[in-house]
Amino acid sequence: MSLFAAEEIAINFGGIKAVDGVSFAIEKGEVFTIIGPNGAGKTTIFNLMSRIYDPTSGRLKFEGQDITRVAPHRIAKLGIARTFQNIELFEHASLLQNLLLARHAHKKSNFFSELLFLPSVRRMEIEHREAVEQVIDFLDLQQYRDTLIVNLPYGVRKVTELARALCTKPKLLLLDEPSSGLNVEETEDMAFWIQDIKNLLGITVLMVEHDMTLVSSVSDRVLAINYGRPLAMGTPREVQSHPEVMRAYLGG
Amino acid sequence: MRFIFKTSYNQDIQLFRDKVDLGWYVALVVAVLAVPFLLSDYSVGETSWVFIYGICGVSLMTLVGYTGLVSLGHAAFLGIGAYAHAYFLEHGMPWVPSVVLAVLITTVCGFVVGLPALRMTGLYLSIATLAFAVIIQEVFSHWESVTHGFAGMPVGPPTIFGFSFAGSREFYYLCLFFLVLALWVTRNLLRAPTGRAWIAIRDSEIAAQSMGVNLAIYKSMAFAYSAGLMGLAGALFAHKIAYLAPDIFTILLSIQFLLLVIVGGLGSLHGAVFGAIFVALLPPLIAILRDGLPASFADLSTSTGIGLFHIVGDAIGNFLKKPGVEAGIFGLILVLVILLEPLGMYGRWVKIRVFFSTFPLYKADSFKRQKSYMKTERLR
Ligand SMILES: Nc1ncnc2c1ncn2[C@@H]1O[C@H](COP(=O)(O)OP(=O)(O)OP(=O)(O)O)[C@@H](O)[C@H]1O
Ligand SMILES: [Mg+2]
Repeated sequence: MSLFAAEEIAINFGGIKAVDGVSFAIEKGEVFTIIGPNGAGKTTIFNLMSRIYDPTSGRLKFEGQDITRVAPHRIAKLGIARTFQNIELFEHASLLQNLLLARHAHKKSNFFSELLFLPSVRRMEIEHREAVEQVIDFLDLQQYRDTLIVNLPYGVRKVTELARALCTKPKLLLLDEPSSGLNVEETEDMAFWIQDIKNLLGITVLMVEHDMTLVSSVSDRVLAINYGRPLAMGTPREVQSHPEVMRAYLGG
Repeated sequence: MRFIFKTSYNQDIQLFRDKVDLGWYVALVVAVLAVPFLLSDYSVGETSWVFIYGICGVSLMTLVGYTGLVSLGHAAFLGIGAYAHAYFLEHGMPWVPSVVLAVLITTVCGFVVGLPALRMTGLYLSIATLAFAVIIQEVFSHWESVTHGFAGMPVGPPTIFGFSFAGSREFYYLCLFFLVLALWVTRNLLRAPTGRAWIAIRDSEIAAQSMGVNLAIYKSMAFAYSAGLMGLAGALFAHKIAYLAPDIFTILLSIQFLLLVIVGGLGSLHGAVFGAIFVALLPPLIAILRDGLPASFADLSTSTGIGLFHIVGDAIGNFLKKPGVEAGIFGLILVLVILLEPLGMYGRWVKIRVFFSTFPLYKADSFKRQKSYMKTERLR
């Protein structure tokens, strides 16, 4: 059984068919990449998967369970976490607070115990902190713990978003253009981290990416789409040399 | 410059950063406890306004400063708390259950008003709260069997477990107690998942949702909690003002609360207290200027022989006597704060503190944001 499956999903915005019948299945433990020209519908697929949009038709399945109608805030608890193309961090909070918020899906305390900050709440907070610290160590963010996000450089914000997604302890990680805006060195770091996330943490990754070097170095399988329609699927090399894909990119 | 070495995760969860910090707060508490023995009865009475406004500040700070939902109708919650408490007292209910009930009622009202917040954002939400406040004011004036309408509703001094808080000193301590309580529970929420969820909603709803925050629940919770605190403030307010009338709980009062949190500094509990000091003490200050300034300028004019001083003093005095001047001054200050110090009084205070702790190495650039590249800049 695949970890995640999209079956003929489609969504229209007014007249635009942003996604128009896309199916794919992600196997446990792989890095699956979606590529496509600007406006192809890649981010929209992510938004469908995180249930921000309702699909006009089609179904989404995660671990065999139908999640097509699950509320968006339940997705994290199921084990799907994501990053955003235009970084969506909590800008006026510290890095640590950003990561701690990612533990929200695992919170067990209730409002009244928090009001009095009972010992149980403190215990939970320390557990969350320990989970967060593991991610901080993993991504080398120690020195920025108490820095407000607004004061962080772009590259660090990008890593922080990755860290925040990891803090939810996901089974499936959605990365929307993890390398956009990063320099060559930072992009290489990102490639290593994605490999580590797959190999060391055993997390399945679904990625949208434009940088073909990064795509070829980390992906197991690639799906190319254009105008919301699938063009080709296969290994990075197969997809890159597929005539339809080349035509889409060259604007034929 | 003081460095804090962190050796346990607990340290980041504590109420106070370290022993030095704790020491300062203890000193502050001692000073505040001593005030009634040092000041005149009148000044003690005025100072208890600071505490009542402080609770209002904490209330609005959680909603505006931490959850990012702007309410223009918080005076209505104050009024509901005040009237409910006054009504229960009038019908012979003891003080504590009366306050608890008043707080519960405002909490429920806050929850109900918060429901549209789930669908509306920004200005639309503010206008909805404004409409709510207008409606509530109408209710206050027309529901005479409860509020006595414009005839007004007298409220006696509080008696709790047989102990009278009629004296201005006793009432001062009562208000102080509730402000500290409000600060403590709010601080607790803010260092726990609930507070973080609020902050997350403020900064990015979409990300908050993807991290598992149920927007609907946390937004209505913020509204309900904020309204509940306002109800508590309302109960104290009723005693303080001693006579409730519908025209007390106007839009102007709501705006004054907003002014409080903005001038104090959005997104900090210190800001709520600073703002309360400012809002509570500005009117008496204006009164002092209004009554004292012409006389002292007249003195100056006779002693220096320059007639101009006399004229200037009279002009200022007359200007301050005009109706609406107080609101005008509030508005002017609001504009100046937004233009010059968006982080409010608390932001200014942090800068002053850093200045002294790093003296003589302070750089004016310390608070300039580090240049953060936007994606487009870097791709160029
Ligand atoms: N909320 C929306 N309302 C209307 N149209 C939308 C909406 N979201 C996306 N679209 C449209 O759907 C199409 C696909 O957009 P999407 O953001 O998924 O592209 P993308 O593949 O992520 O592109 P890029 O590489 O530029 O990020 C575009 O034509 C876009 O204008
Ligand atoms: Mg996109």
